[in-house]
Amino acid sequence: MIHCVLHDPDDSVAVIVVEGIKAGTPLTGLVLDEDRTIALECRQDIPIGHKVALKDMAVGDTVIKYGVDIGKVVQPIRKGEHAHVHNIKTKRW
Amino acid sequence: MKQTFHGYRRENGRVGVRNHVIVLPVDDLSNAAAEAVANNVKGTLAIPHPYGRLQFGADLDLHFRTLIGTGSNPNVAAVVVIGIEDQWTQKVVDGIAKTGKPVQGFGIELHGDHDTIMRASKAARAFLQDASELQRTECPLQDLWVSTKCGESDTTSGCGANPTVGDAFDKLYDAGCTLVFGETTELTGGEQIVAARCRDDAVRAEFMRMFDRYQAVINRHKTSDLSDSQPTKGNIAGGLTTIEEKALGNIQKIGRKCLVDGVIDKAEIPTHAGLWFMDSSSAAAEMVTLCAASGYVVHFFPTGQGNVIGNPILPVIKICANPRTVRTMSEHVDVDTSGLLQREITMSEAGDKLLDMMFRTANGRLTAAEALGHREFVLTRLYESA
Repeated sequence: MIHCVLHDPDDSVAVIVVEGIKAGTPLTGLVLDEDRTIALECRQDIPIGHKVALKDMAVGDTVIKYGVDIGKVVQPIRKGEHAHVHNIKTKRW
Repeated sequence: MKQTFHGYRRENGRVGVRNHVIVLPVDDLSNAAAEAVANNVKGTLAIPHPYGRLQFGADLDLHFRTLIGTGSNPNVAAVVVIGIEDQWTQKVVDGIAKTGKPVQGFGIELHGDHDTIMRASKAARAFLQDASELQRTECPLQDLWVSTKCGESDTTSGCGANPTVGDAFDKLYDAGCTLVFGETTELTGGEQIVAARCRDDAVRAEFMRMFDRYQAVINRHKTSDLSDSQPTKGNIAGGLTTIEEKALGNIQKIGRKCLVDGVIDKAEIPTHAGLWFMDSSSAAAEMVTLCAASGYVVHFFPTGQGNVIGNPILPVIKICANPRTVRTMSEHVDVDTSGLLQREITMSEAGDKLLDMMFRTANGRLTAAEALGHREFVLTRLYESA
């Protein structure tokens, strides 16, 4: 089963695509457009559609999805943690 | 891919996939009469709305363009127009009459609602009976105009539903169809990707002019930032974090190959085949209403969290790749592409699944939104009334 998908191999976050993911779950991630998967462990409960961090990130780091900049880190994020509005913000507006 | 569909060829050569007789109010005051006419003549459709008085300048131009465009849309066989007074009513009638389709206008002043409803009902009854005799004919695929706009997006929109539309758009583009996308603010963060896809420098400059104009509107009116509106609360609940992330998902709808061939303002009508960008609001009903006014006859609407929108005259096909939404809101979903996220189907297969539903819809199958009675008609306003 695919638990999360990432658009680009260099993305720093992936999208959870199944319901009921709990902390400690081993995740299989599909790299879209490449016929390969990655593995990581989920550190927190993450709802379907929300993102999991694929690496440790510090405040001020740029978050990469689709291979491009989607915002900045505003609270430290560890690999496997829930990455969303509580720790990422737009650089615009 | 099939190369033909069965539609209604109108007097001006355009092809529709529906055969509506509409009762179109020019202004808010005429809604009651329009709805009474549609109640008298079963099978006609009133399209009430809250505007049309004391507008001026570009905002008034857009009002007329949207009403005339709606009446001119090839999904409409004939139109009864009702306004509070004769002059603006006649302006809408004259605009629609350029298509050659049957249209008649009625002003309420000096008559009152009762007399207006009686006379307009007689016209509507004749239009409806005549329209009921029109037959679908086989038409080439390139006569189909297809629009897209997504809504209640989440992260599955960007990796499933929107790229499905993109795959279908690439195939329709090659077939010579006339396509459109828009949602100016929701390109924020991905505007350079769209700019790079523009056919030439002139199109690129016009696109960037419209993009920068919208950004200036936001900067002029914003109170803090747009984080309370973009992404929406529904987007955030669905996992979208920033406007850039939403925009990059949004842009998946224009596929990977097709070029942006031209730029139109709101409710303007494209002048040739290809992919067009329309400067437009990102609010679902506003954008879909503008697509209908621009002459589009089928709409692709990818959703993640489950937007339920429809339109009075434009069939809205919903595409969803979020397995939870497909399970909990199945009556709203026309095309389920959640298999993409489990690698059960390829992107090309997902695009073909959407195109199959497009042909079935064009040939007469009712969309979920049509079956459920969703007829959202929302006029875009540019500024306050006089």
